[in-house]
Parts: sequence; C-alpha cells; structure tokens
Amino acid sequence: MQWHNAGDFLNMGGYAAFVWPSFALTLVLLSGLLWRSRAELRAAEAELAAAEAAAGRRDPA
Amino acid sequence: MNLHALANPTRFLRLCAAILPWSAGLTVLLIGAGLVWGLLFSPPDYQQGHSVRIMYVHVPAAWMAMFVYSVMAVASATALIWKHPVADLVAKASAPVGAAFTLLCLVTGSLWGQPMWGTWWVWDARLTSVLILFFIYLGYIALWEAFDDPAKAGRAAAILAIVGAVNVPIIKFSVDWWNTLHQPASVLTMQGPKVAAAMLWPLLLMGLGFTTYYVTLLCLRVRAEILGRRARQLRLLAQAG
Amino acid sequence: MTAFVALVRRDLALAFAQGGAATLAVSFFVLVVLLFPLGVGPEGAVLARIAAGVLWVAALLAALLSLDRLFQADYEDGSLDLLLLAPLPTPLMVLAKCLAHWLVTGLPLAVVSPVLAVLLQLEVSALPTLVLAMLLGTPTLSLIGGIGAALTVGVRRGGVLLSLLVLPLFIPALIFGAAAVEAAATGLSPLPHLLILAALLLAALPLAPLAAAAALRLAAE
Repeated sequence: MQWHNAGDFLNMGGYAAFVWPSFALTLVLLSGLLWRSRAELRAAEAELAAAEAAAGRRDPA
Repeated sequence: MNLHALANPTRFLRLCAAILPWSAGLTVLLIGAGLVWGLLFSPPDYQQGHSVRIMYVHVPAAWMAMFVYSVMAVASATALIWKHPVADLVAKASAPVGAAFTLLCLVTGSLWGQPMWGTWWVWDARLTSVLILFFIYLGYIALWEAFDDPAKAGRAAAILAIVGAVNVPIIKFSVDWWNTLHQPASVLTMQGPKVAAAMLWPLLLMGLGFTTYYVTLLCLRVRAEILGRRARQLRLLAQAG
Repeated sequence: MTAFVALVRRDLALAFAQGGAATLAVSFFVLVVLLFPLGVGPEGAVLARIAAGVLWVAALLAALLSLDRLFQADYEDGSLDLLLLAPLPTPLMVLAKCLAHWLVTGLPLAVVSPVLAVLLQLEVSALPTLVLAMLLGTPTLSLIGGIGAALTVGVRRGGVLLSLLVLPLFIPALIFGAAAVEAAATGLSPLPHLLILAALLLAALPLAPLAAAAALRLAAE
C-alpha cells in the first residue's frame, strides 16, 4: 500500500486537483453512458411491445 | 461461430443475452481490480509523482478510442460489402462509446499534461489527430440522424466510417513519425513493454475492463437497435395493411 | 475522355451562368483574409507570423462555401440520376465535377494568394512555395469535399453537416500546407511538407471519387 493515511491518499502528493477529476470524469462518462443505453433499451422494448400489440389487434391470429 | 450465423438478428440477440452477464461481471471485476491496484498499490513515478496515476484511465481510454473506431470501420465495411444486416447496427451502437472514450482521453490527457508538461494543450501530431478522431465520431453520429430512411443513413455512415479510418494509423504512429511532446509508444514496442511491471499490470487490467465494458454496452445498444428496427417494420406493415 | 471533358465544361458553364462563382469564392477569400489585420492589428511581425495559417484557413472556408452545391443542383433537377446512368463511370463523373469545382475555387485562390500574402507581410521568399502548396493542396480539398457533398446530398441542412464531416478530413492538408509556407518563410526547406501534400493529393485522386460514387448511388435510390 502506497499510502499511510486517508489524507495522503486524497491529496495524491499534491496532484489531487488533476487526479481526482480524471477518475471522477471516468466514472461519470462510463456510468452515464451505461444508464443512457439501458434507458434506450427499455424504450425500444416498450416501442416493440406497443407495435406488436397494435399489429396483434389488427389480425388476431 | 461465423459471421453468417450472426447475420440473423434473433441469433445475434441470443448471443448478446448469453454474453451480457459475463461481460458485465468481468467489467466490474477488472475495472475494480485495476482501480484498486492503480490507486492504492502501484508506485508513483520518480518524476511525475502521483499524477502518473491518471495514466490508468488516460491510456486505456486512448486504446479504446482507437479500438472502437477500428471495430466501427470493420463493421461498416462488412455492412457495405456483404450487406450484413446487423453489422451497421454494431457500428452505430459503437459510436457514442468511442466518442465518450475519446473525450475521456482528451480531458484526462489535459489534466495529466498540465502538471507534467506545464500546459493544458499542445498542438502536436498525436493530440491533434485524437481531436480530429473526436470530430469524426461526432460527424458519424450526426450522419445517422440526418436521414429519414435508416437504411440509407446506415450506408452513408458506413462510407464515412471507412473514409475516416485513415486517421487511426496516423494517431498510432504520429508519435513515432514526428518529434512530438507526447511520449512515444511504451507498451507495444518491438523490445517489449517499456513500462515497469508494477504499473503495467493495473494498466492492462483497466484496458481489459474498458474492453469488457464496451462489449457490455454493445450488447445493450445493439439489442435496442434491433428491437427498434423491428418495431418500425411492424408499424410500416400495419400502415401498408 | 470526351464525356469527361464535356462534363467539366458543363459544370464550368453552369458555375459561371449562375453568376461568377469564381468571383464569389475569391471575394470571400479576400474578405476573410482582410478581416485578420483589422481584428489582430496591423503590426507587421504578428501578421507575418500568422499569414500562412490565415491564408490556408481562408482557402478551406472558401472551398467549403460552394461544396454543398456540388451535387445538390443536379440532385434537385434530376440530372444526377441521368449522370449516374450515363456511360461515364460514376467515379470519373465525380472526378470531373471535383475538377470543375477546383477550377472555379481552388485555382483562382492559388493565383490570388500571393497578393494577399504580401498584404499580410509574408516574406517574399515564401511566395513561390505558397502558390505551389496551394496548387497541391486545394485539389485535395475539392476531392475530399466531394465525399462530404455526396454523403449529404438531399439531406436537410446538409451544408452544416457537410462542414462537420469534411473539416476534420481537411486538417492534414491545412497543417502541411501552412507548414510548407512557414518553412519557406523561415529559410528552411519546404520540400518534406510539399511532398506530403503531393502524397495526400495522389491518395485522394483515386480514393475520394470511389467513396463519393458509392455515396451518390446511395442518394439516388
């Protein structure tokens, strides 16, 4: 372990202002994209269900 | 498994469903392990101190920016040449992921560059060509949105993806061809990696983790595209009937 | 070959019939360049420093100005379909139209650029290099622009999208074109940069028409 205490860890040897935003941006971008993709999938599934229902109503097979 | 098997959207969806839990799980494990190792256990650089830890997100992001575009270009070529019905959706689904990684690479690069080089940006070959890559991603996404007919949009976007592919080797080799501020290749060189093992391992873990993340997102996004296309086809049939 | 030449002449005639397309491009080029001394200040050293870049950026923008009309007019009146069905292979058709575009925009710009360069206090020793670099670089702009024009033909607000698609691909020509002029101005050899410009042109000549032809066939469906 490179760090002796939490304070040193957060301080990143003085580079905290550069290191932590980098990792924060990574988290934000990757999780944001994941969240967005899941939302688009849910929307597509709903759209398909609606289209299938509409088609089913026309020709009850 | 061959491309023809994957051309069937239903079979492709089954494959995605099977892969998804594994790629998602691996993503969490690999990125988790990479972050822990990189942030807690890997050594600081003797010159850059702890700012070198930015490397553990910047370098994998750069790898992904180029890798995803390469996948897009190959998928686009497959779509155009063999009229593979899922390939253009793979390219479309990949673009936002690639753009996000490119943006991440650019911003973390600036954050790393300021303490290391004393400047937020420099117009050298590598940074400029990665910025160009970002705009090519944006142009590709915009092209898909510009057409009313998704099939036409797909083929136009495929042409653009292939044309833009010339940029990728420029990015990769720019640090070798020109004397630039950005450091030259240090992982994949003819003499083997020039990065210390204690730093190489977390780097590779993060790289693999980002890759499995990409695969996970592809499964989600291509599924959404295929279902969306089916919904549109049903609606068109209903209108015609 | 005669079909090729006929197409070039037809496009040139159309460009001039629609009201001095060359004049338009050159005027735009001159105006953009003249904005810089007004905005940056008339100090000679500063202007000389940015002259190469300013001239090239202005050339890029001037080329961009008329690109969205490259195939649009033909698309609108149906002659694009006829051109695609004609015996002249589509890539050659594209090459003919790009050549006409260059004759109306790039070539006049190359001719006028030394005059503007003098106004921007560029070293006189760099002027031959400037003209040569422009002659090598502007055809590449017309060719790459042709790809963008073909991809966006018939698209709503295609002009803006065209710029977004094409400007990133223009950047290598910009970088090496400006670098060649810079090198000549500072007494270094511009040859490596000029050779790369030539290489870009040689690569674009066969490849860009192929890509544009594929995009046009798409648009015609």
